[in-house]
Amino acid sequence: MDGTSATEETRGTSATGQTRDGRSEGDAVVVTRGLTKRYRGGQLAVDGLHLTVPAGSVFGFLGPNGSGKTTTIRMLMGLIEPTSGTAHVLGRPMPRSARAVLPHVGALIEGPALYGFLSGRDNLLRYDAADPTADPRTRTARVTAALDRVGLTAASGKKARAYSLGMKQRLGLAAALLRPRRLLVLDEPTNGLDPQGMREIRALVRELATDGTTVFLSSHLLDEIEQVCTHVAVMARGRLITQGPVAELAAGARGRLVVTTPDPADAARVLKEQGLADVVADGDRVSAEPPARDLAEVNAALVTAGVRVRGFAVERASLEDAFVALTGEGFDVAG
Amino acid sequence: MSRAEMVSAPVAEASVRPRPLWTLGLFHDELRTTFRRWRTLALLGVLAAVPVLVGIAVRIETGDGSAGGGGGPAFVSQITSNGLFLVFTALAATLPFFLPMAVGVVAGDAVAGEAGAGTLRYLLVAPAGRTRLLLTKYATVMVFCLAATLVVAVSALAAGALLFPLGDLTTISGTRITFGEGLVRALLIALVVAASLLGVAALGLFVSTLTNSGIAAMATTVGLLITVQILDQIPQLHALHPYLFSHYWLSFADLMREPVYWDDLTKNLGLQALYAAVFGSAAWARFTTKDVTA
Repeated sequence: MDGTSATEETRGTSATGQTRDGRSEGDAVVVTRGLTKRYRGGQLAVDGLHLTVPAGSVFGFLGPNGSGKTTTIRMLMGLIEPTSGTAHVLGRPMPRSARAVLPHVGALIEGPALYGFLSGRDNLLRYDAADPTADPRTRTARVTAALDRVGLTAASGKKARAYSLGMKQRLGLAAALLRPRRLLVLDEPTNGLDPQGMREIRALVRELATDGTTVFLSSHLLDEIEQVCTHVAVMARGRLITQGPVAELAAGARGRLVVTTPDPADAARVLKEQGLADVVADGDRVSAEPPARDLAEVNAALVTAGVRVRGFAVERASLEDAFVALTGEGFDVAG
Repeated sequence: MSRAEMVSAPVAEASVRPRPLWTLGLFHDELRTTFRRWRTLALLGVLAAVPVLVGIAVRIETGDGSAGGGGGPAFVSQITSNGLFLVFTALAATLPFFLPMAVGVVAGDAVAGEAGAGTLRYLLVAPAGRTRLLLTKYATVMVFCLAATLVVAVSALAAGALLFPLGDLTTISGTRITFGEGLVRALLIALVVAASLLGVAALGLFVSTLTNSGIAAMATTVGLLITVQILDQIPQLHALHPYLFSHYWLSFADLMREPVYWDDLTKNLGLQALYAAVFGSAAWARFTTKDVTA
């Protein structure tokens, strides 16, 4: 599975360079077409995935636990052979071109895995030695730089089994950053980190993205995706539900007009009279679908009717609202 | 012209042509990692202790001047007259079980242990290359076979020199050879014993590719080792015996004949090569196609 000729591979992208709707995908870093994985025993883990990750994006890969995210990532990394369909990473087919593609890819898959009896530094030296294209002369310097980047310099001599989960996570990230990468695949990178650690990782992801690295970030945390990602794909039960820029997706789900008032019954009546749909009163909050006309008129009507208004605002739809709208179910339901 | 080519071009270019000696970086690291494990050192420590115990036992038993009985491992009765024979005795005593068990532990854990710890997926995305990783693992297990055998031999030589006189020795055929030549024979025997373990090593490596549990792979390999040893003792199965990897193990004693009797020695080495080829190929076929889900 290792030897592949480079001349043949360069045409890999053009074969998949057009989507079905004809749009060019030339700058896509990951392209899958009908990617499917059925495990022995018949369980369909990933079902006909058409995924396109644009170059330079921070791509959020979102879905509940068990929705097929990790299986997809493993197929992209050449660890699992797809049952059918194709996956191209950096323009070359996987898993056939793994040896050529993977040196340009840093990955954190399903949490870090370390040799407990080796120090943090020796763990990184080993992973770097596993890459035949990594220059042994710069190995020590690159390991030192990677440790520094994730803030583990002080603990680099400790045995990895003594690391906390957060430190292990950082060391896993350091392994992904041993060389300049064109694609970073980070599967749940903030797992086990404290809030400060999470912020640091998010800052790191943004910094890497600014340097031009495409980041493929899987998570089951909606706000995490919302904070750092430019694009997002949503999976549930092995199927891709939607993908696109984060802003577009959130805009797809409409916001709600929320009125905070000590007179909720009156407010609800007025809003209905004004022709607003789906009016819901909940304590001192009355919400409704925002109308197409000027909201100032609605507010004026409330005040004219003697409703005391404390707050009047349109709450923007969150990604979670979008997700619920797309799947028709709560987010924490495992597929 | 299209951005597609711009994106894919650098990959093709930088392509990552494996350097000369491209597998050695991982091999060095694998050796370092294996021999720094507490478990490996413990196994070698046990192996080093066996000849010392045998030497002390023989010394105590023969302290009253009697030459000991005819029982026990090969060469044991000659130890008192020449400490060098402790090397042969120790190898004969450890080859049926201690040595192959140690090899089974290291070989069984080679791939399955990495899979169980999850480190296998990171080695593969590094990318180590599946064939390269498997070759590295087998080469490391081979080095361990040699190291384990040499530990037994050197420990036996040291214990033998301390507890018993050294000097010229008598071969099985009754001829006299010098102590120097005896040492050369001892080294040859150690090499043959190390080579005798290559079949178990390949078997262990194959078992190791079948599971994600290092413990399960070790237990299976050692279990197979015991089963084969038992089968080799059942006379009714004599038709099967020439194909059991342990059948010709003790033929290394033939190196102590004058002239050397090569018949069983070649059969042993051929059988080990056959096991290495069959189970090495099976391990390769399995490992290069398996889904890495751990």
